[in-house]
Amino acid sequence: MIRIFKIALRNLLRYKRRTILTSLLITLGIVLVILFSGLAGSFKTMMIGQITDSNLSQMQIHKRGYVSSIDTMPLNLTLDAKRYKKIETLLSGHSEIKAWAPRIKLNAMLSNFIDTTNIRLNAIHPEKEILVCPDVGSRMTFDKKRDPGVLLKPGEVIIPEKLAKGMKLKIGDPIVLVANNKDGSVNGLNFKVAGIIESILGPQGKEGYMHIKDAQELLRMDKPEMIEVAIRLHDFDKLDKVYAAVSSELAGFINKKGMPEFEIHTWEKLSPFSNIAKMIDFMTITMKIIMIAIVLISILNVMMMSVYERVREIGTMSAIGTSPGRIMSLFLAEGLLLGLISTIIGNVIGLTGIFVLNIYKISFAFGRQDNLLLAPTVNMTELLWVSIIVLFISVFASFQPAYKASRMEPVDALGHV
Amino acid sequence: MALVQIKNVSKTYQTGDIEIAALSDINLSIEKSAFVSFVGPSGSGKTTMLNMIGCLDKPSSGKVIVDGKQVDSFNRQQRAAFRGNAIGFIFQSFNLFPVLTAYENIEYPLVMIRNEPAAKRKEMILTILDSVGMLNQKDKFPDQLSGGQKQRIAVARALVTQPKLVMADEPTANLDKTSSINVIRLMREMKDKFGTTFIFSTHDPRIMEEAEITHTLVDGKLS
Repeated sequence: MIRIFKIALRNLLRYKRRTILTSLLITLGIVLVILFSGLAGSFKTMMIGQITDSNLSQMQIHKRGYVSSIDTMPLNLTLDAKRYKKIETLLSGHSEIKAWAPRIKLNAMLSNFIDTTNIRLNAIHPEKEILVCPDVGSRMTFDKKRDPGVLLKPGEVIIPEKLAKGMKLKIGDPIVLVANNKDGSVNGLNFKVAGIIESILGPQGKEGYMHIKDAQELLRMDKPEMIEVAIRLHDFDKLDKVYAAVSSELAGFINKKGMPEFEIHTWEKLSPFSNIAKMIDFMTITMKIIMIAIVLISILNVMMMSVYERVREIGTMSAIGTSPGRIMSLFLAEGLLLGLISTIIGNVIGLTGIFVLNIYKISFAFGRQDNLLLAPTVNMTELLWVSIIVLFISVFASFQPAYKASRMEPVDALGHV
Repeated sequence: MALVQIKNVSKTYQTGDIEIAALSDINLSIEKSAFVSFVGPSGSGKTTMLNMIGCLDKPSSGKVIVDGKQVDSFNRQQRAAFRGNAIGFIFQSFNLFPVLTAYENIEYPLVMIRNEPAAKRKEMILTILDSVGMLNQKDKFPDQLSGGQKQRIAVARALVTQPKLVMADEPTANLDKTSSINVIRLMREMKDKFGTTFIFSTHDPRIMEEAEITHTLVDGKLS
């Protein structure tokens, strides 16, 4: 076997220019895939992090039917204390879950005593929310004198930036919030603007924030109720596994109608960015398909030329008794070696490129955060798969020319001019 | 028993609608350790005859028996195996592998066909290189050797597996007079030393003189 690879290597070096050009082409394809996957993966991870860590959370549990009618923010699909306790008990049984936090989502009318407008509010438990969405404060602007450790106190509201501009409100201004509760009765309370929040992707980004206790009071909830439970995991990569496990356990809670009582969704079902993430994945796959095509066409072309140029040599091999299988393996080894050399060079250049990009980081602005740094990473499993695919395609592309070589009749091949 | 028996062998080629008879009803026996030449003008069927005996081609009719085996009934794989074990080849254009050194060219059939162990292989190669007087050129690539030297390496490659039969199709056609005589004498020496049967074709009258037995082919028939 070593001898076969030795001969194959020498045959590759025999046509140096052709081998170098083909290898460069394959190398370029691999480098592009590594860099694109690294950059796109980094962008995707960062954006998902922004969305899940500052606003949405990684998973949410609601009363069944809530998400399908989320645009109207129904207040009759709440989780009472008993149901919340059930969910807490369930979640505490999963060591992969780091934290969870209750939320109430509501529509309200906001008045600055001159004008009135509507606002969507996210009522949170600040200490728990910060564990579920650690970057929740990153999009908020507060008074410079405010204690940075305090996100929100009862009696305070954080309002969206555009609404603040439109209503000419600034931090410290008094406002009134008026809301209908689930029975239709109206209640109003005074609040103070504690902060301004910039918008993020999607309608949820236009929401303001208030304390959950204020929301319960505004909505005249006699007993604590909540709309959703936001969840964060220790390891985001285990999301699908934990989702499946929790989802399966939640299905065991049946309501009086015999239907599941709760529903659980991952961030992908709750944010429009999941479509962009899918597009990024699609583009990465497209890059890989282009790379496969480059490898396939390059190696097929080179190996076909190699066979046609060496017909007499093949005839000699065959005449002196080399078996068809061994002739075939000589050409397959050539294709494999060409792919292997290109893969090694491509991986080295690609990884060096990623390393360089991590030194000279690419920065971009996203909302209020104007110095987000792309730190491309390499998924070693993916790198391994790309390498295996290139090697497999190299052998696959060499198969037809190698087979042709092995089937040549020595008497015809020796007479080839 | 003769090493090669040709019984009523005919070979025809189809070119469009025209059928060309390369060999017509040939009957022939070649004994072991013979030094046999086939002569004749171009197109007389010399190469076709060598291809039949060397298991490179099959007759259209008749039997070809080499070393007691009816080789015309062999399939592709069997013919390749038989060639690798029983027959050596020397070609007009030397046909050395350009990416292998002289040593590696001789080693090729021992590694790729016979799977001989490394130590035995080395001994066999050095012995044959010494026999053909090319020991000091063993590390050169074919493009660093003269025509006569290349053919010596080709002779060594054909003999290193100690075949019973060596086929040489116009082995001196690409060599000058001195080299031609040297190569033919080398083949005779090898035949005497190893008892190998040599069958070759030639146009060259000086080479014909070296053969023990000469068969003349004219229009595909022995004359």
